[in-house]
Amino acid sequence: MNIGKQLKEGVISNNPVLVQLLGMCSTMAITTSIANGLGMGVSVLLILTASNVVISAIRKIVPNKIRIAMYVVVIAGFVTCVDLLLQAFLPAIAASLGVFIPLIVVNCIILGRAEAFASKEGIAASALDGVFQGLGYTLVLLAMCIIRELLGAGTLAGIQIMPASYQAIGVLTLPVGGFLVLGTLIAAMQWALSRPKKAAKEEK
Amino acid sequence: MKEIFSIALGAILVNNFIFAQFLGICPFMGVSKKIDTAIGMGVAVTFVMGLASAFTWLANEYLLVPLNLAYMQTVAFILIIAALVQFVEMFLQKSLPALYTALGIYLPLITTNCAVLGVALLNVQNGYNFIESVVYGITGGLGFLLAIVLFASIRERLVFADPPKAFEGFPIALVTAGLMALAFMGFSGANVFG
Repeated sequence: MNIGKQLKEGVISNNPVLVQLLGMCSTMAITTSIANGLGMGVSVLLILTASNVVISAIRKIVPNKIRIAMYVVVIAGFVTCVDLLLQAFLPAIAASLGVFIPLIVVNCIILGRAEAFASKEGIAASALDGVFQGLGYTLVLLAMCIIRELLGAGTLAGIQIMPASYQAIGVLTLPVGGFLVLGTLIAAMQWALSRPKKAAKEEK
Repeated sequence: MKEIFSIALGAILVNNFIFAQFLGICPFMGVSKKIDTAIGMGVAVTFVMGLASAFTWLANEYLLVPLNLAYMQTVAFILIIAALVQFVEMFLQKSLPALYTALGIYLPLITTNCAVLGVALLNVQNGYNFIESVVYGITGGLGFLLAIVLFASIRERLVFADPPKAFEGFPIALVTAGLMALAFMGFSGANVFG
């Protein structure tokens, strides 16, 4: 188990959104304000870690044929827990994320990591993988939130940052902005990864 | 009738699942390199979304709500959808082998399409009745079909374009989708029946 390598993979070289291109629906849909991005990122991080641990723990007793169905049930269970917790303690965030919290069930990042990592590796390594992949996802969400909120509305977390004379690019907070900002971020990532020759892109 | 038409128009154009609600982006990006496969995927999604709307509405109304189990919606819906996709696959294989070979590979993928689970959850959230739910499911699917076919026909031409190296492949496709979303925003004024 190599913590540094897993951290680097989760956040940079094998980032779930920018390199593996998973979980794009939620990435584009909810990144209009920092509170939303943080709420979504932390929810996914918790669910991913918990489901990775459980799936890794049961990996030897689950018959191969029905493994996907089992994984989905495990994930759906944790998603329901987080959904209920958010509704109870952070109703404002739960309301603004709306249907995208239950939709974490079909977020490809979680099922993808279950299939690609947790179903093969030990419990501790899977837990770390969940934390680091979740962290990579959260960082991308925050980057998108900051770009879209700062340029699209001139605020950060609701506080006015740009001078009053700044002409906000309103289109960035609309769905269009989600596509454009994510496309640009992925392009930046491809550029950064292709520069040093040693950072060969892992085949997915 | 007015409500039905308004729901249909909204789901296909104004609140398109892809361009306005960000549901089903993964298959939209993944299987839009060729028009043929895009049509196959779009038809399969429309079919499953219609069926899933009907079954999840019935399950919610007659099982979950009377038993006070509404908090189990997410788990119940995803199981219903997974089972439904499996049955549709087996049924088509037995009775309509031609359609099965056409849709074959896309069907299993649909279980994890967030548009399908999304439409089931939105039906409950919007308080639609049975007919409205089914219409919303089918027209939402048609909206997806429209979006993916348009997008695939642009992408077929995009192959010959010469974008900056960093934008090659996925990023330029996303930017294209963004411009299409911009075009679809033009429909947001078309709220004919309010």
